[in-house]
Amino acid sequence: MIEALALGKIFQDKKRGEVRAVDGVSFRCEPGQIYGLLGANGAGKTTTLRILATILQPTSGSAKIAGYDVVRQAQDVRRNVGFLSTATALYGRLTARETVEYFGRLYGMPEDVLRRRIDALLDRLEMNEFRDRRCDKLSTGMKQKVSIARTLVHDPPVMIFDEPTIGLDVMMARTIVGFIRDCRSQGKTVIFSTHVMSEAEKLCDRIGIIHGGRLLAEGSLAELRQRYQQNDLEEIFVRVAEGGQ
Amino acid sequence: MSWRETAIVYRKELIDSLRDRRTVISMIVIPVLAMPLLTVGLGYLSFTLLNRAKRETSKIMVLGGADSPNVLAALRNVDKIEVVPSSPDYVEQITNKQIRAAVEISPGFEAALAGSETPTVQIDYYEGETRSGIAVQRLTAFFSGLRESTVRTRLVARNLPPGLAQPFEFGPKNVVSPEKVFGNTFGSIIPYFVILLCMTGAMYPAMDLTAGEKERGTMETILCSPVSRTDLVIGKFLMVLTASLATAGLAMLSMSVSLVYAFRSKSGMMGGGTNAMQFAIHPKTVLGVFGMILPIAMLLSLAMLAISLFAKSFREAQSYLSPLTIVIIFPAVMSMMPGVELNAKLALIPILNTSLVCKEIIAGTYHWNYILLIFASTCVYALLALAAAVHLFNREDVLFRA
Repeated sequence: MIEALALGKIFQDKKRGEVRAVDGVSFRCEPGQIYGLLGANGAGKTTTLRILATILQPTSGSAKIAGYDVVRQAQDVRRNVGFLSTATALYGRLTARETVEYFGRLYGMPEDVLRRRIDALLDRLEMNEFRDRRCDKLSTGMKQKVSIARTLVHDPPVMIFDEPTIGLDVMMARTIVGFIRDCRSQGKTVIFSTHVMSEAEKLCDRIGIIHGGRLLAEGSLAELRQRYQQNDLEEIFVRVAEGGQ
Repeated sequence: MSWRETAIVYRKELIDSLRDRRTVISMIVIPVLAMPLLTVGLGYLSFTLLNRAKRETSKIMVLGGADSPNVLAALRNVDKIEVVPSSPDYVEQITNKQIRAAVEISPGFEAALAGSETPTVQIDYYEGETRSGIAVQRLTAFFSGLRESTVRTRLVARNLPPGLAQPFEFGPKNVVSPEKVFGNTFGSIIPYFVILLCMTGAMYPAMDLTAGEKERGTMETILCSPVSRTDLVIGKFLMVLTASLATAGLAMLSMSVSLVYAFRSKSGMMGGGTNAMQFAIHPKTVLGVFGMILPIAMLLSLAMLAISLFAKSFREAQSYLSPLTIVIIFPAVMSMMPGVELNAKLALIPILNTSLVCKEIIAGTYHWNYILLIFASTCVYALLALAAAVHLFNREDVLFRA
């Protein structure tokens, strides 16, 4: 489960001074649900997800992942989270298998369990063809598969995806979307950020519209459509964002 | 802290680095090939060039001496001396290296020798110019011989024994072991080289494992894993230290092999001629030097790791670390200055203290109180650098500096 309570993050910028990247964001995502964080570039999606993944610390508020506090129990949080973002690149000089092995070991998995888990992941993600190829020799789609295997190796109950389909072709994006659905069907708690409305419509059980660091609207797709008397999510997003300015 | 996680990080960094061509070049290729080439190779080259210059005939000019035909004839017969016709532009000719030297013989030189007067001979040359120097040596040898034979002739003419002008013989004789002679000669330069090599070896991996990771986007990947920042820093540090020590160790090994070869070779550049000057380092000395180098390599590795972490990119890290080279070289060079001796105050100055104590160890002197003080103080500095590096790895503004 993911619980965010009045999360806030302020950065100090030399030119702009104090920048409030996330401002009082609260939401909740249950196991077996996909929560979509919808927002334009610079809206605060990545910062929110980085706080949930314990890469950044919140300036105010709190958040719990699988019952662990993101500040006080950061290492326990990391053991229960799989985090995938455009900024989480791969070690180019390691092979696909070595990359997944490395992270599996860091999660403290016993060698025999790790070996079986990796074999299963390589089969499931159809990675056997390039398992021993160095990551810097892989295509974007192959790299994304390795990243997914890396986030899944310890079978975490919570998955965090930050714009996972950005830069991918249609076929690969479909694979990723299917994979996120699989996570839900396995009972995992999933949060993902996107600015692609169609993805949010297809996948999300609940949607939070974030703009200027603040969560301006939240609900299921049906609830949002009813609340704003609009069928098109893009129109809803624009109305919410403009109303929040 | 978990040793298991540290070991996992270290193992991964080692595999990753050994697959990186640039790291392999800086850690293995440069120390094994380039260092002996730069030191022994260049020395051998300069020796060969000097020998070639010594085989050449020196063109010289004689100014005056028309009334001293015997001296002129003897001078013309000197091996590898060619006397060219005199000319008033002799200074220009020496400057342009057309001739190597000019000999100014005072008027009435031979007549003065026959009497009891002291005529003068002046050798004009180009100071600092190798071939001109060789010509001066040949001329000096000729005129020294002429002076000695003149003294003998004068003594004989006065019915005095030839030994009168040379009442006793004297000469220097080395009584110190070859190990100490080697230590005293190379004691200053070896620690300087080793520290410089430690730094060279640590520099590239330190940048690659911090700024390089930021640039490639893998820093965020590792930060979302459960490995603690302390384990991460120690794992990375151990890799940088490995590279630092491997570079220094391989370079010294490679240079030692080259030096042994050079010393043993009859035509070796060190000449093999001086009896006392031999390649002589006791294994205890090697262990002692590396024992003292270990904490300084740790300190340098951690300092470079921490500084590189500040940088957003590899290139920025390079601009931070390049000036550090001067900061590190300065105290190492200070230790080579005449009169700079180890004392309690200097024993607390990092790098300078290690250079000075290594110099003593190589010369076979073990000041145990200073050795302990320097080892302990450098370890403390290394621990402070480790704390600083861990602190920086916990700072968001450093890790995600935009």
